[in-house]
Amino acid sequence: MATGHFIEGIAGGRLSAEQYADNFSDLHPPLDHHEALVEADRCYFCYDAPCMNACPTSIDIPMFIRQIATGNPLGSAKTIFDQNILGGMCARVCPTETLCEEVCVREVAEGKPVQIGRLQRYATDVAMDENKQFYKRAEPTGKTVAVVGAGPSGLAAAHRLARHGHDVTILEARPKAGGLNEYGIAAYKSVDDFAQAEVDYVTSIGGIDIQNGKALGRDFQLSDLIRNYDAVFLGLGLGGINALSADGEDADGVANAVEFIAELRQASDLGSLPVGRRVVVIGGGMTAIDAAVQSKLLGAEEVTICYRRGQEHMNASGFEQDLAAANGVTIRHWLQPKRVIAENGKVSAIELEYTAINGDKLAGTGERLTLAADQVFKAIGQSFAPAVLNGSVASIELEGGRIKVDAEGRTSLTKVWAGGDCIFGGDDLTVSAVAQGRDAAESIHRALTSNGRA
Amino acid sequence: MADIRNTFVGIKSPNPFWLASAPPTDKAYNVERAFKAGWGGVVWKTLGEEGPPVVNVNGPRYGAIWGADRRLLGLNNIELITDRDLQTNLREMKQVKMNWPDRALVASIMVPCEEESWKAILPLVEETGADGIELNFGCPHGMSERGMGSAVGQVPEYIEMVVRWCKQYTRMPVITKLTPNITDIRKPARAAKAGGTDAVSLINTINSITGVDLDSFAPQPTIDGKGSHGGYCGPAVKPIAMNMVAEIARDPETHGLPISGIGGITTWRDAAEFMALGAGNVQVCTAAMTYGFKIVQEMIAGLENWMEEKGHASLSDIIGRATPNVTDWQYLNLNYVAKAHIDQDACIKCGRCHIACEDTSHQAITSMVDGLRHFEVIDAECVGCNLCVNVCPVEGCITMEPLAAGSIDQRTGKPVSPIYANWTTHPNNPMAKVAAE
Repeated sequence: MATGHFIEGIAGGRLSAEQYADNFSDLHPPLDHHEALVEADRCYFCYDAPCMNACPTSIDIPMFIRQIATGNPLGSAKTIFDQNILGGMCARVCPTETLCEEVCVREVAEGKPVQIGRLQRYATDVAMDENKQFYKRAEPTGKTVAVVGAGPSGLAAAHRLARHGHDVTILEARPKAGGLNEYGIAAYKSVDDFAQAEVDYVTSIGGIDIQNGKALGRDFQLSDLIRNYDAVFLGLGLGGINALSADGEDADGVANAVEFIAELRQASDLGSLPVGRRVVVIGGGMTAIDAAVQSKLLGAEEVTICYRRGQEHMNASGFEQDLAAANGVTIRHWLQPKRVIAENGKVSAIELEYTAINGDKLAGTGERLTLAADQVFKAIGQSFAPAVLNGSVASIELEGGRIKVDAEGRTSLTKVWAGGDCIFGGDDLTVSAVAQGRDAAESIHRALTSNGRA
Repeated sequence: MADIRNTFVGIKSPNPFWLASAPPTDKAYNVERAFKAGWGGVVWKTLGEEGPPVVNVNGPRYGAIWGADRRLLGLNNIELITDRDLQTNLREMKQVKMNWPDRALVASIMVPCEEESWKAILPLVEETGADGIELNFGCPHGMSERGMGSAVGQVPEYIEMVVRWCKQYTRMPVITKLTPNITDIRKPARAAKAGGTDAVSLINTINSITGVDLDSFAPQPTIDGKGSHGGYCGPAVKPIAMNMVAEIARDPETHGLPISGIGGITTWRDAAEFMALGAGNVQVCTAAMTYGFKIVQEMIAGLENWMEEKGHASLSDIIGRATPNVTDWQYLNLNYVAKAHIDQDACIKCGRCHIACEDTSHQAITSMVDGLRHFEVIDAECVGCNLCVNVCPVEGCITMEPLAAGSIDQRTGKPVSPIYANWTTHPNNPMAKVAAE
């Protein structure tokens, strides 16, 4: 009787409880006090610091690091939260290797940047552990704002609006707040239910009412919000999953990577979570990596990522690719799915076709490859599902399939702002969503007051 | 291999590295370990008068300041002279000297400023076979309140008087240890020389408070809520010590007087610098107290290697070599013009040179050129101050490049003169020796 990795098909309980716990422990354990001081001392306090310019939320990184070095972690946390109220989560999930740490002069000089992300986590952990609240609400303005979606952009917007004295109602379709922080991040990147702790920390300011299980288009309409509130912020995220366009993709065993990731984050017992013996993940972004690595960590014997272009085209950062490789995930390039092969309705293999760039277009070469698989994850991107917006009001203007906004986050509809993954021109990063939510809140505040004056 | 054997006021040691009179040399146990590790000599922890020994505090004796990664930069202490019985120390010194005849063993002494006190202790010390004595006129804490230590070192007349007694009552070489807690170090050195001292050693520690506890508002180190100034030593005091060594070495009145250099010596390079400024050997304490006795092996190997590389056969080839180059400001060549130069390949673009120059100096370094982050010296503004070199985190990235005689200084628009000219003859000097035309 096969056990562990070698159980055929999709099965749970492949590992011992200790192995699960170990596999899903903190990917980057927090710096202890001395480690933080040593690391902080490495910062050169650059002039017009490149790291700060690379941060979508423009955190004053040299300043917060200097505050850690001088024994003022709470001051450091405030420096971070001033720009990014979700600085705790961003410290955990930001692809720092392609943002602040990529341009750190120490990265340039010695290939070893100051560990900005971990320092940011150190400072924000200190403040959150003490539940130190840095902001007080301004005098109530009597204005109300509806925020749709309790993800990073919605929470950032809500916090900034509440600070300015407006009353905020967040309407969230899912049972928990946090958006992708709660449902879309690999478990080992955010342990100990951090996303919920952060939601609590952010909403402690007061004036933010989160209503869960309220979905736009199902439980309420955009027109209701426009009528009942002084302003509306849409932080809807992406509701749609791109299809494989491969034959047989409705076979049992083909699943969406984002759902797998969400399920894993919500699982109270990882052993109960089934995973295939041989898993194939189709895609080349962070979601593909998260699904693949976690499949491996759940005990899959063989995990292969198939991406239709080359390594240099992958959206997943170098660090993420290395993480996958270190966990025993095989990444194969220039392969696109053609047909899911099923036996008795269950996936048994996937047939792929090699690709090549022909002129400036990607095309199949005709050569085929079949990989044995009992589970296939689709991670080829998500799309905005605009249907929820339609019908009740004049339709909102889209661009590239997402909501069109101006530099301040204003949509084509008066009183309606938007931010995060649902808007056009974003980069699908948590930290950018925070920046957009924050900036839209400032724009809303200006609109609801006479240019910022109550 | 270069020969680093040392002879200092007739005292021979296999290398010029002695342990200074301090906690590491308080007992035979420590000194034996030091000699096993390779130290050339020790100055035994200061002996006091016969009778009940001094007592130390039973709380913290040391305070410190630290650099990055908690690297100890400066240490202070409020420990007094040996708190062990005089006879015990003398017995151990004799035994250690017998065990290690090739190493230097010098006795540090501090007794009241009375002739009888000195007359009484000197024969006892001489009987141990010690190679010499060092007069502790330096300790700034505790004993100074009792009229000893730096209280003597701050009064040149007392120094001269005590040195004279010592020269009268012992055949052993006398090294006079000076306190830096004084305005002009040349005065006590001259007094020691006038008294007939064979050498001076310096510096002893500097009056200091290393920190304040911001919860209890007590100075550190804190003894039951109170603190007292301690004596500061370690890497942080090295520049102060080197200047004092150089001042004595170049003073016409004390020129040639042997100097044992002390103050923050941590590596062979520190030792070589002290010796270049005129020290005949060096004494070390804080480095040993930080890292243990083994560091002397790095010092020995490093000094030998450097001397070998540079072709210095023996210590006499390096001692005092830098002394003639220490001069007064008024004699510096005002026609010497240097400009900072940034090696663009080495530059990591941290911008520290720019902001230092922009905010606090001469606005002579760019931050942006053609829309790109780029740091470059503007020769027309650069006064050659060297601040950028000092704040740059990359060694060798920014250098000071002298302008060749005849070339144009972009800042003044004038050619660089090949002629040496200093302030004493400068037209702006109201006291110029040669009036401006």
